[in-house]
Amino acid sequence: MKQTETKDHAGLAEDFIKDEERVNWHDGALWYIREKRDIASKQIPEWEALREAASQIKNNVISNLHDYLLQFEANLTKNGVKVHWANNADEHNAIVYSILKAKGITEMVKSKSMLTEECHLNEYLEERGIGVINSDLGEYIQQLDNEPPSHIVLPCIHKRKEEIGELFHEHLGTEKGLSDPTLLTRVARKHLRNVFLTRRGALTGVNFAVAETGEYVVCTNEGNADMGAHLSEVQIASMGLEKIIPQKKHLSVFLRLLARSATGQPITIYSSHYKKPREGQEMHLILVDAGRTRQLGRTDFRNSLKCIKCGGCMNTCPVYRKSGGLSYHNTISGPIGAILAPNLDMKKHADLPYASTLCGSCSNVCPVKINIHEQLYKWRQVIVKEGYAANTKALGMKAMAWTLASPEKFSTAGKAGRWFLHNIPFVVNNKFNPWYKQREMPEGPKESFAEWYAKNEK
Amino acid sequence: MTTREQILEAVLKNQPESMPLPDIGMFKGGDDDTVRKYIDIFKTIGGAAYLVDDLEVVKSMVAEQFDTTKRIATTLPEMQDIAELIAPAIDPHLYEDVELAIIRGHFSVAENGAVWLTEEVMGQRIIPYICQHLAVVLTAESIVPTLHEAYERIGLGDYGFGGFIGGPSKTADIEQALVLGAHGPLTMTVYIIR
Amino acid sequence: MFVTGYIMTVGLFIPCYVNQFYPDAAKATLQLLQKLGVEVVYPAKQTCCGQPMANSGFAHLTSDCDALFIQNFAEFDYIVAPSASCVLHVKDHLHSAENEGKAEGIRGKIYELVEFLTDVLKIEKLDAVFPHKVGIHHSCHGLRGLYLSQMTELNAAPFSKPQQLLNMVSGLEQVSLDRPDECCGFGGTFCVAEEAVSVKMGKDRVTDHSKNGAEYITSSDLSCLMHLEGILHRNKSKVKVVHIAEILNATV
Repeated sequence: MKQTETKDHAGLAEDFIKDEERVNWHDGALWYIREKRDIASKQIPEWEALREAASQIKNNVISNLHDYLLQFEANLTKNGVKVHWANNADEHNAIVYSILKAKGITEMVKSKSMLTEECHLNEYLEERGIGVINSDLGEYIQQLDNEPPSHIVLPCIHKRKEEIGELFHEHLGTEKGLSDPTLLTRVARKHLRNVFLTRRGALTGVNFAVAETGEYVVCTNEGNADMGAHLSEVQIASMGLEKIIPQKKHLSVFLRLLARSATGQPITIYSSHYKKPREGQEMHLILVDAGRTRQLGRTDFRNSLKCIKCGGCMNTCPVYRKSGGLSYHNTISGPIGAILAPNLDMKKHADLPYASTLCGSCSNVCPVKINIHEQLYKWRQVIVKEGYAANTKALGMKAMAWTLASPEKFSTAGKAGRWFLHNIPFVVNNKFNPWYKQREMPEGPKESFAEWYAKNEK
Repeated sequence: MTTREQILEAVLKNQPESMPLPDIGMFKGGDDDTVRKYIDIFKTIGGAAYLVDDLEVVKSMVAEQFDTTKRIATTLPEMQDIAELIAPAIDPHLYEDVELAIIRGHFSVAENGAVWLTEEVMGQRIIPYICQHLAVVLTAESIVPTLHEAYERIGLGDYGFGGFIGGPSKTADIEQALVLGAHGPLTMTVYIIR
Repeated sequence: MFVTGYIMTVGLFIPCYVNQFYPDAAKATLQLLQKLGVEVVYPAKQTCCGQPMANSGFAHLTSDCDALFIQNFAEFDYIVAPSASCVLHVKDHLHSAENEGKAEGIRGKIYELVEFLTDVLKIEKLDAVFPHKVGIHHSCHGLRGLYLSQMTELNAAPFSKPQQLLNMVSGLEQVSLDRPDECCGFGGTFCVAEEAVSVKMGKDRVTDHSKNGAEYITSSDLSCLMHLEGILHRNKSKVKVVHIAEILNATV
């Protein structure tokens, strides 16, 4: 994988923004999806009530997860699916490897699964001689470029078609300069069809797992999950514990919300309900913790586990649109990534809750009503208390708090902004201040309002 | 302690006090003109839908709309004169060159264009995904307004595999340009029998 | 409209940076409230609501700031400030270990200027004149925190309190924007910590206003306007920023 982890979000975003034409395109493309989401959601009069119902169903899930997991497991077993449990990425990867190895499988096809990205499954298997091909077109393109997905729904949204054409030229031998999206898609279709037809092992993610019936639902637009699964001898599904929903009928609520929130489509083209293995096929399901039980124990952050991975918060987030998903240096980027990631590694992801203006648009589009921007604020408090804020920032804040808590210090701090010009981070008056790089300072007036008031109004 | 026990114990320890499930019984669609709504929505998602009198009409439309010199597979016995019957037990890979699959849909959903199919009507699970073109036949009275009625109808479901399919496979992964025919069918046609 | 006799006493909270950099907006707030028959008192010992610390993750350092705020403002009928962001911070985060009752009282009676005019004074007309094309910048804290307007993300009936007030100003023409409630990228310390993103967001907001013909960008938050003004000045734009109090207080 390309290494992008030496810089923090601000640094990586700055690099992304240098190509302003690309940023404008990226921003516009994602805003267009936000607009499609608005149109789709406004065609459903009961939209807000559906969000509330989805939120309540997920609240019920996270508060009864133990029993639902047992019920789901029992039903899977009854349906003939082999159930595995994994504490972490390594255990998950080892389970996948052992399943494939037992069948002598050396090549696997995988549909979109953020969990396996999080676990770095591909690298793990490749190190052990098992090839993996990502079959979602966007993920396939990212794999060719040896780069992680930048968006959970639109993995290569940061790339221009000419760059994709170049990758296809290099890896698939297409004609140089070919950049027409339809033609490129046809090339990938042909190439991947051969992959589907020759892979004996297929892995998919899971969108919803129904405790009541032991079936799981996988949603795609491309049909890649089904092409892989129905042609395989061994079908593996990897899911985070939080993907459970209680009853079959709850799918109606979630499937009405998911695609409309994600892309503005009324439903994904394929919503596949996998219940029992095909005659002669093996079906495995891996339940993965990887930090989820820890997040479940964090009162302020547990409801981040309600996420159904629609990506709506990314599309609406102006910071995401201007900075690109890779600047979040985490598998799940954007606002939801910024509240999930600190749970996994607080030190490494201490910058992410700060990669937001706390504008709150994310919470409003969230189909399961996660209070994302409030959690960003709360993570900042935790990160500071745990000692992961930069020291200089901590000292400056203490000085500011000390001054602002005392009216005497505040007023003797100087006339008309002198204190401010030295102490408030956004107006510190020197050429090293980032404010001044592309913005003028506010003009200091002759007198402050307090000074004027003392003269004129008392 | 096994991994399973460790995880279940951690979940039990960390999960909050139980919160109730909401009643979702109030969500339902209107019954007015679901057929027209279905056809309109299905067109907007890139599909083609036709209201027809009977299977004979379907047959003649298929002959007009598709290349019948190529391989056509079906689960409908009535279509046997223009298509081969799908065999449930053979290797699914053998269907890789199916040009057109004609199958029956249980019902469809007006609000989103999706058709509900189970492996029983697919013949083989792979059929509606591997074919180049997909044609589904269903009855007008089977169309339901929303997914709420749809799941009411499906119930717990006695199937090994089932799925909603709502149009030709698509992708917009390259610069958000919509391309129909990603990995699954390039087109999807629904024939609705009055 | 009330013309004689004071109906209430309002404590005027002028956020620290407004006091220092935008005294005209503060004066306009004071004069506008006075014109509407409200007795206004500006407690001299006020400093800041503590938001810059809290939003950076240092909420635990704000207790002295909170205590001072309570000392300054607990006794008024209402507290009004020309800043949605600071008002929201007080509403959401002001607490007191010693006197939580007073803190709660303040959280319930603090208003941003626009909502004070529309919801408490319920004004229906104004004698203001501002013959210009104006674009409204909805600050996120005003919009999604104080619900000054309906949020475009929601499937809910539209309304806009600032628009309602600007409709009372003669000569003023409101311009419509491509993205009516997109964040400007100020975000407190975000504006320096994430300088590149902040400026890009600000530039794009400015472009939306200018290409739709705005001569002025107005808002109920000067922090957003300070950021946008910094960008406008650097790029020598003719578009100006003005706090909504100054428009509502403007006469020929």
